[in-house]
Amino acid sequence: MIHVKELVFSYNRDRAILRDINFYAPKGQCTAILGNNGAGKSTLIKCLNRILEPQQGIVYVNGKNTLQLKRNDVAKCLAYVAQHNVGGRFTVFDTILLGRKPYIKFEPTQMDIRIVESVIARMKLEDFALRYIDELSGGELQKVMLARALAQQPQVLLLDEPTSNLDLNNQYEVLRIIQDIARTEQISVILVIHDLNLALRYCDKFMLLKNNRIFCYGGIEVMTPKNISEIYEIPVTVQEVNGVKVVIPFPDNH
Amino acid sequence: MKDSMTYKDYIRYKKLFIMFIGLVVVLTAFWAISSGSAELSLKEVISTLFGYGSKQSSVIVFNHRLPRIITAIVAGMGLATIGCVMQSLLKNPLASASTLGIAQGAAFGASFAIIVLDAGVQNQTLDGITISNPYVVSVCAFVSAILSTIIVLGLSYFKKVSPESMVLSGVALSTMFAGATTLLQYFAADVKVAAVVFWTFGDLGRTGWKEIIIMAVTVAASLLYFSFQRWNFNALENGDEAAKGLGVNITRIRLLGMLICSLTASIIVSFVGIINFIGLIAPHLIRRIIGNDYRYLLPASALMGALLLVVSDTVARLIVAPVILPIGAITSFLGAPLFLYLVFKGVGRR
Repeated sequence: MIHVKELVFSYNRDRAILRDINFYAPKGQCTAILGNNGAGKSTLIKCLNRILEPQQGIVYVNGKNTLQLKRNDVAKCLAYVAQHNVGGRFTVFDTILLGRKPYIKFEPTQMDIRIVESVIARMKLEDFALRYIDELSGGELQKVMLARALAQQPQVLLLDEPTSNLDLNNQYEVLRIIQDIARTEQISVILVIHDLNLALRYCDKFMLLKNNRIFCYGGIEVMTPKNISEIYEIPVTVQEVNGVKVVIPFPDNH
Repeated sequence: MKDSMTYKDYIRYKKLFIMFIGLVVVLTAFWAISSGSAELSLKEVISTLFGYGSKQSSVIVFNHRLPRIITAIVAGMGLATIGCVMQSLLKNPLASASTLGIAQGAAFGASFAIIVLDAGVQNQTLDGITISNPYVVSVCAFVSAILSTIIVLGLSYFKKVSPESMVLSGVALSTMFAGATTLLQYFAADVKVAAVVFWTFGDLGRTGWKEIIIMAVTVAASLLYFSFQRWNFNALENGDEAAKGLGVNITRIRLLGMLICSLTASIIVSFVGIINFIGLIAPHLIRRIIGNDYRYLLPASALMGALLLVVSDTVARLIVAPVILPIGAITSFLGAPLFLYLVFKGVGRR
């Protein structure tokens, strides 16, 4: 679980990018951060594991304030997968082994290797283990990055647009894996996502950001046409198709 | 598990490769000691090294060839390590000791010592030209090279220690020092200009055992320090954000790493002059062969740097013996075609 209190972030003193951020994300659930471009979604998740240093606030993970921990200790609590993944000429195995970096002093121990092997098995990457990551497809690469994050054995998983570069089939597969990770590993997953329909299908909690603040936060009940129209500034309707909620925008009625 | 077996094999292959280059360096060093204007057989070299050689062969081996070859090994290891680390820290495949204005800074310092401080009265000897007061030249070169680094790192601090700011201020500083060197030369006497030009060629024969020990300790210390940072460098290959997410303190790694690189480079350059390309080509060669994993890339690059410099130096000594060609020219001349081959061969692959 992760508990954020009074978080404030700005690049310079005049204009805050994030203000009054307070929320609690339980373990075993996926929390979607939604909002327009520039609303501060990516900034928010980067503040949680100190890729960006917030000016104020407390981020509790299992009772510890991560803003006061050493970087290596933060990386043991929170794992992060960036929106654009660059990887040099590393094999899949070595990339996932990098997830053990916060734990490794000089050489990886037998346990580090065993953890990497079990993550590879869990993500069904056995066939790729010794392939170079610059030879993988987008979907495979995203799975490797998730595997690297899992190897960190975090309590919180932060994902910046995990599906943005993927085709339709891979978008669903990767989100299914993410949901499964949250449930089985009892990890709290926080993800920035643009596709509302994917969010509605796979996430449990929804945080809508507007004007650098949390506009509303809660379960699926906050995903009303009114709230969504308000933050995206476009009329929408929410309908149910085969038991699945879908958002349909009407830009022409604007 | 099947894959862990193959991963072990894969690691074993990399370790074997490092041992193989190490062996090649040792064998090449023996060949280098035995070849020169006075031929020695390999047997003579070995018996001399163990103290059973003739007086003449002892003089050749211990006073001339061994210091020279050990200088080549140490300087080659140092330059390659620095290049390898700087390419990671600056996220720039062209980064090497010249990037932060170290080479130009050192050249300016040496020119200043020779022209202004009169350390450059030169004498013709059989080996070529020697500079009359090498210590003053080395100290000035070192101070000037370090000064250039401090300015570059200081400036980059205002831009959150970004690689771009380091590279750009390095280029600016290089140009400034090059301009200052030209101005000094413009107002200097011909003999002194010749001495400056001679210094910038690079020469592995300038070092005595004292200088070699200073260089070796510095290179060993920086190689050791960087070996302990290898997981940080690996993480940096995944981008700055991912590296931070993996617990890397990027600002500290970058600032401290660059400082150590510059210190090591300045010491090497002030003793042996400007030797181009080793720092660039050795890591790139190794990256192609065993990948970007710094656990293996660092030691293998260091050994490759040593190998390249020993070979280049031996070529420089043999090609028109007894004249020794300037090592800086040879490394560039042999290095550039090899580099181009690597670049164009790699076009289709990545």
